[in-house]
Amino acid sequence: MFPPISNLFKLTRGTGTPRRFQDTLVIFLFLLPAIILFLLFVIYPILQSIYYSLFDWKGFGPAVDFVGLDNFMNILKDKVFMIALRNGLLIIGLSLFAQLPLSLALAILVGRDLPGRVIFRTIFFLPYVLSEVIAALMWLFILNPDPERGFVNAVIELLGGESQAWLGNTDLVMLAIFAALTWKYFGYHMLLFMTGLQNIPTEIEEAGRIDGANAIQNFLYITLPLLGSTIRTSVYLSVLGSIQQFILVWIMTKGGPVNASETMATYMYRFGFVRFQLGYGSAVAIYMFILCLIFSLIYQRLTRQPDYLTGL
Amino acid sequence: MKKNKLATRFFQYFFLSTIVVLVFIPIVILIFGALKTRGELLSHPYTLPIPPRWENITLILGQPQYLFWQMMRNSLLVMILVTLGVIVICSLAAFTFARMDFRGKNWVFNLFTLGLMFPINVAILPVYFVLRQLNLIDNLFGVIIVQTAFQLSGNIMILRGFFTAIPAELQDAAYIDGCTAFDFFWRVLLPLAKPALAAVAALTMIMSWNDLLVPLVVLNSDKFWTLPLGTMQFQGQYGQDLSLVSAFVALSALPTVIFYLFAERQIVSGLTAGAVKG
Repeated sequence: MFPPISNLFKLTRGTGTPRRFQDTLVIFLFLLPAIILFLLFVIYPILQSIYYSLFDWKGFGPAVDFVGLDNFMNILKDKVFMIALRNGLLIIGLSLFAQLPLSLALAILVGRDLPGRVIFRTIFFLPYVLSEVIAALMWLFILNPDPERGFVNAVIELLGGESQAWLGNTDLVMLAIFAALTWKYFGYHMLLFMTGLQNIPTEIEEAGRIDGANAIQNFLYITLPLLGSTIRTSVYLSVLGSIQQFILVWIMTKGGPVNASETMATYMYRFGFVRFQLGYGSAVAIYMFILCLIFSLIYQRLTRQPDYLTGL
Repeated sequence: MKKNKLATRFFQYFFLSTIVVLVFIPIVILIFGALKTRGELLSHPYTLPIPPRWENITLILGQPQYLFWQMMRNSLLVMILVTLGVIVICSLAAFTFARMDFRGKNWVFNLFTLGLMFPINVAILPVYFVLRQLNLIDNLFGVIIVQTAFQLSGNIMILRGFFTAIPAELQDAAYIDGCTAFDFFWRVLLPLAKPALAAVAALTMIMSWNDLLVPLVVLNSDKFWTLPLGTMQFQGQYGQDLSLVSAFVALSALPTVIFYLFAERQIVSGLTAGAVKG
């Protein structure tokens, strides 16, 4: 942004003036804590888990039982992992085609000048601020199969329907979890869309209207394209969030009934921290890393520059 | 024309109010449960809690066996230290990325962007191995350091964005007046970036306060439990007494709600700065 100015204090190797020495020292000392923490707790663990994933290791003593890529093969052969993968894709699909459109619709409904728009924003965003533990427990309560205890079933019976065991039915469980996820996260996406809309100058839409575009044309050909970077960000965060879904599922169902709501993260947790098959669990972690990495690379390829990195 | 606009407004408010009701249902049901006795909750689950019963609340706040205050203290300690750590470490790093020039800068910066691709939920098992090697299992410091490490990438990006937006002329002026890089950072940049630091702090506080996964994996002894971990364990232990559990959940949500109402502006600006191109 300001190359001529940065040239003023550009550092090159071997310059010994006090000024430049001081700058080098500042750069070194300022970056040091971040780099140490980052290497030790983010990068090193990833590399180490690649190593462990090649062993059959229960976590006691050194890993000696080398099994090559067996763990990776066995994961792919495990039906439960396939369910977890399918559920991940299901959550991604529902997020992109139900949750994001809903959030966008709400952001547009709130618009720029609706009296009370800040109050709506505050309310819709509240679930995002509450912890996943609290959200999960609240939903556990209202989804109780007994209509005397679960509000959702009480309403359904009131309307003449039949109570459902939302979290005990293999066909309904993912839908119930997705409802809770949407409740918790739609406000965040709505907030992003509201900010995105705010950044579109009203004059452009005004011009469209004067040129004879109706509301729908205006939305499709002006608003939507201009929201492009916000939508991309929203999609990115949704997909990455869906791949790693854990707490809500773990508290509401522990991945059950009969593994119907397993996600990759609950699958990894089960093998790593419940059964202590750490080699196998590491291999699951590697698969998840690879998925995140592939998705991020595709995303960066499709959008020249990841919008979430550019900040302001 | 005017009538048309009125109809639109009506539709807007009608639809938005429906969503408001849906958002509030789980919250209201929880509060109802928290303010009823166990018997009342069984016989009239969905009536207004009139008169409100404060027994469960006072029980949880008054009886040390429920560990509420101890969990609150642990959560506070973790939150404060993580927030301080994130603010200090991230603003130092963001400053060098935004305002200094050195060989390999892009390389180091890209390394940090890698962190955005690997959220803690995915990395938790590998991180657990490292904590075990460092003897930080069942230790609050283990929770603090991991939460801090996984907040670095995102917050460095946010702060770098803010720091870059501060006019370069200020930096020139400072250097001409004889400031060192550190002087410029400390005396000029940080005071100007206060709103950005507040936003990052608010976001980090929420993240740390709400985090369950790291405490769940790191902490064993109940004397170290944080509020989310304790809330989950409480539900496991007293799940039969729905009104008592509701009271505990409501109490554990209360600090977040209060904080949210006071710091909404900071939270919102932090989140949108992190995600939306300005």
